[in-house]
Amino acid sequence: MRVRVDEDRCCGAGQCVLIAPEVFDQRDDDGIVILLEETPAEPLYAGVRESASVCPAAAIHIEEGA
Amino acid sequence: MTAEPLPTLPTARTCPYAPRAEHVELREKDPVAKVALSEHSDAWVVTRHEDIRAVLADTRFSSDRNHPELPTPGAEKVDMKGALPQMLISMDPPEHGPARRAVLGEFTVKRMNQLRPRIQEIVDERIDAMLAGPRPVDLVQALSLPVPSLVICEMLGVPYDDHDFFQTRSGAIVSHTATAEEKQRAVIDLLTYVSGLIKAKEEEPADDLLSRQILSQREQGGVDHLGLVAMAFLLLNAGHETTANMISLSTFQLSQDHEAREALRRNPGKTLGAVEELLRYFTIAEQGIGRVATEDIEVGGKVVPAGEGVFPLAHTGNRDPEVFEDPDRFDIDRGARNHLAFGYGPHQCLGQNLARLEMQIVIDTLLRRIPDIRPAVPVAELPFKDDALVYGIHEFPVTW
Repeated sequence: MRVRVDEDRCCGAGQCVLIAPEVFDQRDDDGIVILLEETPAEPLYAGVRESASVCPAAAIHIEEGA
Repeated sequence: MTAEPLPTLPTARTCPYAPRAEHVELREKDPVAKVALSEHSDAWVVTRHEDIRAVLADTRFSSDRNHPELPTPGAEKVDMKGALPQMLISMDPPEHGPARRAVLGEFTVKRMNQLRPRIQEIVDERIDAMLAGPRPVDLVQALSLPVPSLVICEMLGVPYDDHDFFQTRSGAIVSHTATAEEKQRAVIDLLTYVSGLIKAKEEEPADDLLSRQILSQREQGGVDHLGLVAMAFLLLNAGHETTANMISLSTFQLSQDHEAREALRRNPGKTLGAVEELLRYFTIAEQGIGRVATEDIEVGGKVVPAGEGVFPLAHTGNRDPEVFEDPDRFDIDRGARNHLAFGYGPHQCLGQNLARLEMQIVIDTLLRRIPDIRPAVPVAELPFKDDALVYGIHEFPVTW
């Protein structure tokens, strides 16, 4: 799995940081997403997928099998 | 050509546990429907989860609160025209994104966690007072309103002595019994106060949200005083009654569902999941998320013409069986975070992680310290806020 985030779209809701803190964080100054793991380990897949599906800005993109 | 009169759709709730039957029927039979919400307000009502997300994610739907076609089903709108610059909640691109980012840093998950010990203290103090006082007591006044009020005042740097002032004014603005005049008065009182507070912080910045905004704006060329007033006003109101209502409703729900209550007592690790389910189940803020189409836009197979209002019924969307299995069942183990209680799209609630944290701390602490808290009157007599902008309970007498 390969993860991409779209900083321009991100609206800083922070749900990804709650769901998958190993993969996502937020910048201190403006709350925008920071991608910690571009290729997360398999146990984190479920959290990444959920983060992408609830992201209100559709700012998380997943390439499965990559 | 004579237009057929539109069917009217009542929006007041009739039951704390479920959306109105008319709304559910629309979702099943006519999920994007043009209706009359009141004498003053026609709108396209959207009821399916998927369509609501599509509307709220699409910035061709404007959030402009001053637009005459923005749906206002409930009480008359407080007239804010000219009083203030646009607030975040009312902004569209390209202004909205940068304005939201300017304050987002104050609401990151990290910063919320830094607030945890202080919120715990605030909750413990309120519960100390409840335990020391008479029974029954009105939970709304004893706990639900003070906790979020004290937290947001702490964040903004509002002196403690001014909290009563804040609570009464903020309460009047969303009250169902206050007259339009009283509401207007409360708005002016609050704006005047906030303006003075910001002025004081411009002269003597401290360690709080408003001061940091002032310093950061200074670095970028100058302080937008009125813009800060608008922002502080929005944060106070948005962070106050909403969370208060969820505290009341959560306490109510867990006092009725003993299985859930005992599960949470045994395992506080489940509380955050329960918070999501409480948010989904009650979806208290559905009236505030209307939009106006800025061009002809297709939604769920119909075309909403430019200039017409759209009113997403988030409560009904949060009971959509296409998305939530057995949607009318309250299930703390559901694990569904894709609900619409905080809205969706670029305007999704800025303070959602603060709300989650406050609810989590209140629920855990109440279940630990007053586990058998319960209504002191029959449930049928509880005054639920059926027609308010934000759903909740006006007064909630509790005992233990």
